[in-house]
Amino acid sequence: MPRVFKVRKTRRELRDTVTLELDPTEGLPLTFQAGQFNMLYVFGVGEVPISISGNPMEPAPLTHTVRAVGAVSAAISGLKRQEVVGIRGPFGLGWPLEEALGKDVMIIAGGIGMAPLRPAVCQIMAQRERYGRVTLLVGARTPDDLLYSAELQKWRARFDLEVLVTVDSASNGWRGHVGVVTTLIAHARFEPAETVAMVCGPEVMMRFSVAELRRRGVESENIYLSMERNMKCAVGFCGHCQFGPTFVCKDGPVFNHSRIEPFLKVREV
Amino acid sequence: MEKETIDSLIAEHPFFKGLSDRYVKLIAGCGSNVRFNAGQYLCREGEEADRFYAIRHGKVGVEVFVPQRGPVTVQTVSEGELVGWSWLFPPYRWQFDARALEIVRATSFDGACLRKKCDEDPAMGYELMKRLAQVISHRLEATRLQLLDVYGPSSSRS
Repeated sequence: MPRVFKVRKTRRELRDTVTLELDPTEGLPLTFQAGQFNMLYVFGVGEVPISISGNPMEPAPLTHTVRAVGAVSAAISGLKRQEVVGIRGPFGLGWPLEEALGKDVMIIAGGIGMAPLRPAVCQIMAQRERYGRVTLLVGARTPDDLLYSAELQKWRARFDLEVLVTVDSASNGWRGHVGVVTTLIAHARFEPAETVAMVCGPEVMMRFSVAELRRRGVESENIYLSMERNMKCAVGFCGHCQFGPTFVCKDGPVFNHSRIEPFLKVREV
Repeated sequence: MEKETIDSLIAEHPFFKGLSDRYVKLIAGCGSNVRFNAGQYLCREGEEADRFYAIRHGKVGVEVFVPQRGPVTVQTVSEGELVGWSWLFPPYRWQFDARALEIVRATSFDGACLRKKCDEDPAMGYELMKRLAQVISHRLEATRLQLLDVYGPSSSRS
């Protein structure tokens, strides 16, 4: 059964993307691991899986960033303060923040893929001394499509985090990088053999990112991807999100690349 | 003195890294140090492509002028990368504008001089062409990905 959460605050991030801050109507805040997701249920409309985008070290309020792409996500995006939503979760396996301890970390986010990675960035920055060099590479369609741009600027000002941002297309006035996010990898400083990479974005962008990381010497075993499939039950029963021999909802959404590599090449999967 | 400086700058640049000393010296003979202030053009579309640049510092916007829209940046090139390969192929005309987005320091190479040396020393020419082909191949791959517009409206990643 979903728990009922009330909207504390909404923030428009982009033209079609909203961040919701939610509080439970009763009981304790929802604790979660970076990279996990919840099923969000709009009463009378339907249910969709949405990654948690808040800081795992401060689980209240529960934070979700939602892009309106269908009826349910559009309804979630349209929720107003004090309105309610049903939450089931958290589900799935998150980012390998324990495995990355003591290593260089490269985080590659494309578009709305920054939302599931934000909790990882928050946690790493809260425990900064436990990691080696940390690099965040962000790609977006245009400068107006950059998610969390104010926060990116704050992170950029830090001396212990390298943030590189690029857009696929820009008109005059943009002074940053132009080009796909994979082109930023060449500009990042990291020790490939000692690097854990966490990648999230459209699948084709992740595929090209992996190819570039491999070309630079990062092992497949040290690359993690957050996969997206049509998740329904969220506990591995219904089979909607089957991906090869795995279920994205239960065995993912974050997968080690070496585990899923063979299935990434199968076109029908 | 200038020559020595260019030799060492070339040897340090990722594009030339690992080349033999002899090749570095030959190539350096065609090179000179250049600096561009923000807003200055390294090259303009349609003009004679008589050189290329190995960027050592700063960022360059590769632009196309679109009528009624003005200059549109299609790509940025920065430290450790190259600007220009039109010097290699007839009719030796720049296909794009390249403009410094900040102070740019680069080594500029005389295209005709380098082509002549490549013709005289095919082994060096082959080595340079292999490296250039790799640059072109990476740019093509990136451009294809750019064309896919992966973050467009159909992307539902949330």
